[in-house]
Amino acid sequence: MARIEFQRLAHSYLADPVAPADWALKELDFAWEDGGAYALLGPSGCGKSTLLNIISGLLRPSQGRVLYDGKDVTGLSPAARNIAQVFQFPVIYDTMTVAENLAFPLRNRRMPRAEVRKRVAEALEMLELQPVQNRRAAGLTADQKQKISMGRGLVRDDVAAILFDEPLTVIDPHLKWQLRRKLKEVHERFHHTLVYVTHDQNEALTFADKVVVMYEGEVVQLGTPQELFERPAHRFVGYFIGSPGMNFMGCHLVEDGLGIDGTELVLYGHWAELARRHAKSRLAIGIRPEFLDISPTPRDDAVPTRLMGVQDLGNFKLVTVRLGPHEVVAKLPEDAPVPTDEAHLVFQPEWTRLYADDRLVG
Amino acid sequence: MRKTESNKAWLLVLPVFLLVAFSAIIPLMTVVNYSVQDIFGPGEAYWVGTEWFKEMLRSEDLRGAFVRQVIFSATILVIQIPLGIAIALAMPAKGWAASLSLVLVALPLLIPWNVVGTIWQIFARGDIGLGGWFVNDMMGIGYNYTADSLHAWITVVVMDIWHWTPLVVLLCYAGLRAIPDAFYQAAAIDGAGRWKVFRYIQLPKLRGVLLIAVLLRFMDSFMIYTEPFVLTGGGPGTATTFLSQQLVKIALGQFDLGPAAAYSIIYFLIILAASFVFYNIMVRVGRGDRA
Amino acid sequence: MTTLELRSVNRLEGDELHLDDIRLSLESGRLYVLLGPTNAGKTSLLRVMAGLDRPSTGRVLIGGQDVTGRSVRRRNVAMVYQQFVNYPSFTVYDNIASPLRLKGLRRAEVDKKVRETAELLHIEPLLQRLPAELSGGQQQRCAIARALVKEAELLLLDEPLVNLDYKLREELRTELRALFERRSAIVVYATTEPMEALVMGGHAVVMGEGRVLQSGPTLEVYHRPSSARVAAVFSDPTMNMVDVNIRGGEARTPAGLVLPLGGELADLRQGRFRLGVRANHLSLRRRGAADIEIKGTVDLAEISGSETFVHFRHNNLDWVVQEAGVHPLARGAEASFYLDPAKLYFFGDTGALERAPSSLPLDSAA
Repeated sequence: MARIEFQRLAHSYLADPVAPADWALKELDFAWEDGGAYALLGPSGCGKSTLLNIISGLLRPSQGRVLYDGKDVTGLSPAARNIAQVFQFPVIYDTMTVAENLAFPLRNRRMPRAEVRKRVAEALEMLELQPVQNRRAAGLTADQKQKISMGRGLVRDDVAAILFDEPLTVIDPHLKWQLRRKLKEVHERFHHTLVYVTHDQNEALTFADKVVVMYEGEVVQLGTPQELFERPAHRFVGYFIGSPGMNFMGCHLVEDGLGIDGTELVLYGHWAELARRHAKSRLAIGIRPEFLDISPTPRDDAVPTRLMGVQDLGNFKLVTVRLGPHEVVAKLPEDAPVPTDEAHLVFQPEWTRLYADDRLVG
Repeated sequence: MRKTESNKAWLLVLPVFLLVAFSAIIPLMTVVNYSVQDIFGPGEAYWVGTEWFKEMLRSEDLRGAFVRQVIFSATILVIQIPLGIAIALAMPAKGWAASLSLVLVALPLLIPWNVVGTIWQIFARGDIGLGGWFVNDMMGIGYNYTADSLHAWITVVVMDIWHWTPLVVLLCYAGLRAIPDAFYQAAAIDGAGRWKVFRYIQLPKLRGVLLIAVLLRFMDSFMIYTEPFVLTGGGPGTATTFLSQQLVKIALGQFDLGPAAAYSIIYFLIILAASFVFYNIMVRVGRGDRA
Repeated sequence: MTTLELRSVNRLEGDELHLDDIRLSLESGRLYVLLGPTNAGKTSLLRVMAGLDRPSTGRVLIGGQDVTGRSVRRRNVAMVYQQFVNYPSFTVYDNIASPLRLKGLRRAEVDKKVRETAELLHIEPLLQRLPAELSGGQQQRCAIARALVKEAELLLLDEPLVNLDYKLREELRTELRALFERRSAIVVYATTEPMEALVMGGHAVVMGEGRVLQSGPTLEVYHRPSSARVAAVFSDPTMNMVDVNIRGGEARTPAGLVLPLGGELADLRQGRFRLGVRANHLSLRRRGAADIEIKGTVDLAEISGSETFVHFRHNNLDWVVQEAGVHPLARGAEASFYLDPAKLYFFGDTGALERAPSSLPLDSAA
């Protein structure tokens, strides 16, 4: 178990990177605490696999260092780093039984037999694999195979971290949440440092205490699931987390407030001060559909808008309205009154965010 | 299984059916026909029942050829399969070196069988052949494959290894390339050494292609004819006369069609039975639960 | 205008009954969502509709004409699959043009239609690329364009978005719904996801074990599932179900939980029921005076991005509570959740719906 630290780490697959786009991984500098459950979240091509390969030692970064508990491991092979990994597709030793699979990494390290037996029994019990312990691993279901992969990491006490690379890809949907729960349980009991790579927000947010969101080779936010939802640090996080994603509207500084582009609407208060500080940047207001209200009747705090459409999704409704040039989506509870022709949009100021050049400023 | 139900499908199978009938079933029936008759000439055939079969099973020549055949097939399987795996493991996985080694390895497979025989016939000669000269003069061994049975055997076996190991190599090479990288990464993480990677990952994953390699090599070697015919002519004596050569001797040399037909059928059944046994053993190895 | 009618269609494969007495009548210009878990018979039904498979018994009629034995080649259908099926050696343009060229359309007309369809699916800039050079979402857009351009009278889609990342799925769903609304074809869209069915709207045909369990306008089926099985299929997370015994104005679970039934529920018959409540009708906060508090242990808090699904255990019963927003709850924590008796479904012994919540909005005006 270890604290994992990245110092000025960056990687390019090109020999001679010049433009920012040449870097698969842009410079990053942060640390993961010992015993934490972390997720690396992002769409395909965001650089999360590159970072994973650097952590595991399959790839040597073009720049910077990786430290495990303060020790530089940048040049070490995967075997020398003492990490364990669960891959996208189950990797098991077909000809061995389940118990032999779990014992394999220990036997390779010449651990005494009695100790091997004890640890394997413990892992089998934790992963609920005792009923199949003497079966050949080849004949098992995908979720059991993934548990075996995980087990080969759990039996060892020398692992710095266990890495998961989209481990639920081949698991039946209805078994996924059980495996997620099992992972949580394992983490609570053993306190390994766990790193979970996925493009699925549901998996990342459920699994991790802290989520690293990546976008175009860059870490755009490192935060708790709640922070990602309530205070997205980057427009991409607002878009990517939550369904539907955050609404954004371009805006500009007017005399004593923040004017929304193409409308008469001005937000007063501390917004003007914020906007003045970032006057040279591209400004945008962001607000999640959950934090918008639609009133069928005029209200003091509401802006009149044009109703574009209502989608009744059973347990909630999505109402799309047009505010100047902006299409804005609001998510209303199932029993909320449906506007028919007039729709008055209410912003909840405490959930309204300001972005300057895509980054959260207030 | 999803199938479209339409009787028209039979029409599509018909040409293949006819082709198989003409190419396999009808000639085979002719052989069956011959095997139960004594044929003196056109229109002069007499029913003899199982007489030829009995005679052939009693025949010393056939038994001798059968024993030699089994020893030969077993020898080349024992050598070619491990050798093929070893070469495949040693070959580079990518880059120009991979392409080059593939071409080099595949070369012997591109040579016509009778040419292979001729090449080795000359190559192994003590007077003008490079191989024969090397063994005789450089190593000081009195080697002469036309006179010494053991030398003839060794020459035939070495020739077959040279000619056919590449097939095993190609199959294993393809099988090895199909193993995802994740397996090697996992093994490295689990601290497995080179031998364990081979024993627990590569060998189990090669099971499928090895099954095919063993079957192909067994069937081919059991039917071997051209190369030893060209190289040794079955000699010295009958030292390298295998089943197919013995058959040709009876059928064409002595024109005993009845016994030759009975011989063919026995030969065919042996191959069929042996292939069946091989297949079943190979499919079971490494499968199923240890109860 | 045309109709597709299935009359008592059965399909056996080996000994297995894949379709069991399907009777459906589909009208053009409408969207039908086939909703059901894996192996419910959705794909089998689509294949019979397309003419790829022949029903073992029963008839298929298009526009009143019996087409049961007619091969797929001689029917006017288009199909989109889970896998991204395109001709690998054709460019996107040629892929989309292929069904038109087969029909023998003139060059200029092919060009016009290909460009129009590509525009609908936002793949115009990609027309000269090969499928292998596209992302998964773009490949599926190309496959959908090829199906649309044919202007077939029957358009079948078999879980077309299942292999895409969820953000792409979210975008394409909304786009597809808008696209289908303007079509005059019969559109049949198979999915396992209740959410997708709701986004698509139209008519829902809920399937289970080869049978049609219920069909009707999608929202109506959602709000009034005819049986506990339909309710389970048409809910994500699966509707919470508890066996109860009702006596003297109270519902009792075997584990001893007592739910007082007042108001309009007071006239329910006595006896055994299966009680159902959707996860989103349970809450971590008290929302009304009538709410019943249940104390439980948190098993797992699943976070979907904008919602939290809290799995609770209470006296050996599992409950799932859906709460808007992100609420990190530790496993093993003791917490309360609240149940609104006005949102309960009651299913009888056979599983048939006996009482749906009266408070539900039933103006299925969408």
